[in-house]
Amino acid sequence: MLKHRVEGTHKSLFIKITHNKMKQTLVQKILAKAVDRDFVAVGEVVEPRVGLAMSHENAALVINQFKQIYSGLDLPLKVWDPSRIAIIFDHRIPAESKKTATNQKLVREFIKQQGIEKFHDIRGDEGGICHQILPENGYVLPGTVLVGTDSHTTTHGALGAFAFGIGATEMASVWALGKVLNVEVPASIKVIFNGKLQHGVYAKDLILHLIGKLTNQGANFKVLEFCGSAIDSMDTSGRLTLSNMAVEAGATAGIITPDAETVRYLRQVANYQGFIDMVKADEDAEYEQIIEINVSDLQPQVAAPNHVDNVKDIASIEGTPIDQVVIGSCTNGRIDDLREAYEIIKGKKVNKNTRMLVFPASFKIYQEALQLGYLEEFIRAGAVVMNSGCGPCLGIHQGALGDGERAFSTTNRNFKGRMGNPDSEVYLGSPAAAAATAITGVITDPRKFMEEK
Amino acid sequence: MKVIYKLGSDISTDHIYPGRYMATVLPSETPKFAFDDMQDLNQLLNNGDKSEPRILVADNNFGTGSSREQAVSTLVGHNVIIIAKNFARIFFQNSINLGLRTITCPDIDAEVGDEIELRDNQVINITKNKVFDTIPIPPARMAIVEAGGLIAYTRKLLLN
Repeated sequence: MLKHRVEGTHKSLFIKITHNKMKQTLVQKILAKAVDRDFVAVGEVVEPRVGLAMSHENAALVINQFKQIYSGLDLPLKVWDPSRIAIIFDHRIPAESKKTATNQKLVREFIKQQGIEKFHDIRGDEGGICHQILPENGYVLPGTVLVGTDSHTTTHGALGAFAFGIGATEMASVWALGKVLNVEVPASIKVIFNGKLQHGVYAKDLILHLIGKLTNQGANFKVLEFCGSAIDSMDTSGRLTLSNMAVEAGATAGIITPDAETVRYLRQVANYQGFIDMVKADEDAEYEQIIEINVSDLQPQVAAPNHVDNVKDIASIEGTPIDQVVIGSCTNGRIDDLREAYEIIKGKKVNKNTRMLVFPASFKIYQEALQLGYLEEFIRAGAVVMNSGCGPCLGIHQGALGDGERAFSTTNRNFKGRMGNPDSEVYLGSPAAAAATAITGVITDPRKFMEEK
Repeated sequence: MKVIYKLGSDISTDHIYPGRYMATVLPSETPKFAFDDMQDLNQLLNNGDKSEPRILVADNNFGTGSSREQAVSTLVGHNVIIIAKNFARIFFQNSINLGLRTITCPDIDAEVGDEIELRDNQVINITKNKVFDTIPIPPARMAIVEAGGLIAYTRKLLLN
C-alpha cells in the first residue's frame, strides 16, 4: 500500500518549496512556532529555537567542541540556557575503563561550573537511559524542538516533540546559540496504523514491520508521522518504542500528535503540571507519501542479521539457536516490556543452552520491577539482572558476544559487530518473543507460551 | 586522485567507528580506529600515502546508524573523500560540520585503482572515461562549508 514511493534519498535534498495553502504538517507547525512565525514551507531553511538539548557521555566531545568555539573570543564560556540542557550518563555505566571514567569526571565538572540541573549521574535513584529519563521526568513537551547527540532521539516524538539526533559539534553550536542552524523543514510521510494488534503482537512488531516495508533508508531526511486507531489505543510506552526506531528507516523524526494519552502520561507518570501545547497538523496538510497498514493480521516480527530492514514473520526463522537473550534498552526496557517478559518466563527456566540479560531502561523502572517481583522471578529463572543503562546494545561492555554467537535482543540495531563482535549475529524482536526464546534456547513465537495460560 | 577502496550499501557508523572505541572522542585520537573491523581498509588508511586525497566509493546509505561524530572525525584525519550514491542524514550533516568531503553521486561507477577527477557537480572517472552528475550540497549547508565548518560558522554568529 505504499503510495508514490520516492526512490533513493538524494532527491530529498531537492524538496521543492511548496506553500500548500498554508496547510502544515505537525513538524511544520512545531518549527513555525520555534521561529515565531505562522507558517514554514517544506524545504525552507530555518533556525529553530531549541526547547531541550540532550547529551550522554558524548558531552565530553561536545564540551571539547564548545571550548573550541569560544577559543580566543572575548566572550564568557557560558551555555545559552543551563535549564534547557540535559545530560544523562548511560552508554558506559558504571564506567568500563579509566578513559570513560575520566571523561565522565570532566563532564561532571563542566555541569557544576555551568549550573546544568537536568543531570542524571550513575545513581540508583534517578539514573537510567537518556531516552527513558527524558520522558519520565517531564522534560519532553509536545510542540517543542528537542535535539540530542544520539540517533535514537527520535524516541521523544512519541510525546509530540520534533525530536532529532545531531552530532557533537552541532550540539556545541546549540549550547552557544540556543538554536539549531540550517534545518531544512522536512517533508513528512503519514503512516496510518489501523486495526487492533493481536495478543502477543506489540508496538515493536509494528515498527519492525514498517521498517521492513520502508527499508532502512526509505525515510531518510523525512519525518514519519504516526496515526490511526492502533496509535490512538496505544499507551505512551508503546509509542516510545515506535518513535525510537523511526531512525532505523532513516527518518529524521517519528512523531505522534499529542492526545489524551499524552496528557495522562505527562501529568500522571512524568508529574509535569505546566502548559501542554496540543499541537496538531492541519487536516489537509501535504504529505510526501501516505502509508496505510492494517495491523490486525500482523504476526510477531523479527529483524534478522545484519540489517534492521531484514524483517520476517517469526514463524519463518523459529528454531534458530540463540546464545544470548537481551531484554531492555531505550527501545524495550520499560515496565510494560518487563511485564510481558515476566508473564512468559514466570515459573519457567532459562534454557541451559542460552543466557538471558535484563537491563531496565531506568532505575525508576528497576525499582518498580523490583517491587512487582519481576526481577526476583527473572533471577530465579536464571536471568542476570543488570544495572539500567545501554548495556550490550552498542557492544562496549556488559554482554559482548563470542565468535559465531547469536543474540536475540529487544534493542534497536543488528548491524554487523553491533554487540561488540563482527563475527556474531543479532536478531531483534519484542520482549515477549525474547522471553519465549530464553526458555527454549531457540527463536520462539511468544504465543506458544501465552496459549498455555 | 585514486579510488583506494570500494564499499557496498549500508556502511554503518559501527563499520566506520566500532562502538567499543567510543570512549575515544578527540578528533586527534580517532583516526587510527577507522574501519577497525575491516583490517585491510584500516591498514590502507593508516599506512597508505596521505599526501593527496584518497577516494572511498560506496553504494547507498553510507553512514547509517548512530550520531557518533567519531565516525566522521576518524575519516577527516585520513585525507579521504567519500563518493556514495547517497548518505544517511546525521552522517551527512556531521560531515559538513567537520569538513569531511562527501559527494552524493547517484550513478557512480568506479573500481579500486580508477583515476578520478572532481569538478563542480560532476565526478569524472578518467580510467573508465565516464562522467557522472552529483547532487550539490544544499545552499543552506554550503554556508557552513564556506565558513570552514560549524565551529567557525558559530564563532562568526557569536561575534555578529
